[in-house]
Amino acid sequence: MFRKIAISAVSALALMTGAAFASEGGHVEDVAFSFEGPFGKFDEHQLQRGLQVFTEVCSACHGLKFVPIRSLSDEGGPHLPEDQVRAYAKQFTITDKDTGEDREGVPSDNFPANTGAGAPDLSLMAKARAGFHGPYGLGINQLLRGIGGPEYIVSLLTGFTGETKEEAGSTFYENHVFSTGWIKMTPPLSDGQVTFADGAPNDVKHMSEDVAAFLMWTAEPKLMARKDAGFKAVLFLAVLASLLFLTNKRLWSKVKGKKLH
Amino acid sequence: MAGIPHDHYEPKPGFQTWLHNRLPIVSIAYDTLMIPTPKNLNWMWIWGIVLAFCLGLQIVTGVVLVMHYTPHVDLAFKSVEHIMRDVNGGYMIRYLHANGASLFFLAVYLHIFRGLYYGSYKAPREVTWIIGMLIYLAMMATGFMGYVLPWGQMSFWGATVITGLFGAIPGVGPTIQEWLLGGPAVDNATLNRFFSLHYLLPFVIAALVALHIWAFHTTGNNNPTGVEVRRGSKEEAAKDTLPFWPYFVIKDLFALAVVVMVFFAVVGFMPNFLGHPDNYIEANALATPAHIVPEWYFLPFYAILRAFTADVWVVQLVHFVTFGIVDAKFFGVLAMFGAIAVMALVPWLDTSSVRSGRYRPKFKAWFYLLCIDFVVLMWVGAMPTDGIYPYISLIAATYWFAYFLVILPLLGVLEKPLPQPATIEEDFKSHYANPAE
Repeated sequence: MFRKIAISAVSALALMTGAAFASEGGHVEDVAFSFEGPFGKFDEHQLQRGLQVFTEVCSACHGLKFVPIRSLSDEGGPHLPEDQVRAYAKQFTITDKDTGEDREGVPSDNFPANTGAGAPDLSLMAKARAGFHGPYGLGINQLLRGIGGPEYIVSLLTGFTGETKEEAGSTFYENHVFSTGWIKMTPPLSDGQVTFADGAPNDVKHMSEDVAAFLMWTAEPKLMARKDAGFKAVLFLAVLASLLFLTNKRLWSKVKGKKLH
Repeated sequence: MAGIPHDHYEPKPGFQTWLHNRLPIVSIAYDTLMIPTPKNLNWMWIWGIVLAFCLGLQIVTGVVLVMHYTPHVDLAFKSVEHIMRDVNGGYMIRYLHANGASLFFLAVYLHIFRGLYYGSYKAPREVTWIIGMLIYLAMMATGFMGYVLPWGQMSFWGATVITGLFGAIPGVGPTIQEWLLGGPAVDNATLNRFFSLHYLLPFVIAALVALHIWAFHTTGNNNPTGVEVRRGSKEEAAKDTLPFWPYFVIKDLFALAVVVMVFFAVVGFMPNFLGHPDNYIEANALATPAHIVPEWYFLPFYAILRAFTADVWVVQLVHFVTFGIVDAKFFGVLAMFGAIAVMALVPWLDTSSVRSGRYRPKFKAWFYLLCIDFVVLMWVGAMPTDGIYPYISLIAATYWFAYFLVILPLLGVLEKPLPQPATIEEDFKSHYANPAE
């Protein structure tokens, strides 16, 4: 009896503790990203497209200050050839920490911070927002669909209603996904704005998904290595637990017979 | 109470005797490992080993994290990202440490509720219980200060809210708060002292754990029947018990392997499920998050803290009687610490002569309600403070106190317990066939 209660208590705990809280944000659509689930992997090509969207559009106002440029060539990331990464780094002007002078970027630099427009840094954005909370703030849907950071980004980028309002000298754009319903960011994407070399679709929805996937990578660059390590650990522990189960059973068989009822 | 009679370590002539006469360490290790353990312990008795594992895991991963972490307001958040991106395996070590805290608290709650159900706190195990409560308090302090170290938004604002609790103490409160923070607000001084204490307290916990184990090795383990092991002779005791090694070591290791397997699945596949997204935003003293929510393991007591608002008549009464010294804020703080205090005092609040809840039909129902109450408090602690939620937290918080202060003392008098088995052996035989058959 106590065991039953204990089991239900544990499952209830597990279900309800998803750091899930009522939020004013609007409805976030689930997106079937390739990196979700225990065996999910980043799609290298999608990350490269996302990098392109970020570079051509988002980077005008947003920075990625925690992300080293060299990591663009990492496996389990955009996996660009190193010469391309070197060429990519050159577009940035970096104030050298040692000399204090401006110079061209090199791969060992981080993406520059960009605070000019007052826009938040995007390095960790995909982990700093939750798309799913419910039901009743229990966070159960986070177990099934993930926390929903990248989905939040997609929904935000595609969620502009077209309404605007002026307030204290600034223009706000209506977006129900944003916590207050009105966001200072102009709708950044329009259909066909970025042309992908691989000819992938470049409507707002697809570009949003690509850049959201890219931002998931910038937030969690070791995601694939982590899932791999987790899987190996679970497999190893499953074998260990089985062996210990058999050892335990044999050990106790000398003192404990069949359960009577 | 004398220990359970069993074979002790006999040093062989030569080196063993030489060492034994100078430092009886082998003898202590032997007696600890071979302690006679009630043979009817069920699977709820495995959480101790899980807790020991958690303490080890947290210390080992923590020591490695410290090698790469910088306790400074301008660098802390950055150094955590350095761990996540540049340090070999750093992402794994950090996620193990962060989720390790959750496993630690999950295990401690199951361990505590097991004790509450089977009456493990009752004489002669009150000291074990009290030391356990001290460990739990030290764990909460450690967990809270550890959550501040990444210097995210929830770190900063959590620290602001929790240290603000001490500010609610009448008179000396603001002084205490400033002393805790090292300044008028959460800042670099706060981060530095929390870092220092976060490193210190686990070793205090380790020492308390040694005392905890020493205490229950002196009284012997409780068991699901609550009936004591017979201690008349070695032979008699052997009918009720089995040596800890190998029987319970192997059983515990099996259970630990299963628990750790689930733990690694969480760490590997959903390491941020139990965290708050806002903590991936660097601390900003100028932007308050929409909801400041503590980690899940604090939520039940956080709910009790928030339950007693100024419109509750008890709060108003206390406010009146104390000439306004105890206001709603301070009342909430007292309630929160009181909720833990009544749990710590349960050995003296439970008046029943029967130890195990298994033979207490009425107690069972109230106990299950307490389990549900705890889960409800945890849920409502994460909810906003408007609509129906304040009423739910008030009812749930009231039940928590009622259980310990009213129901337990009365049940001992009013309840008619079921017959208990005379011995552990009798209980064991009624559950399991003779292996020879």
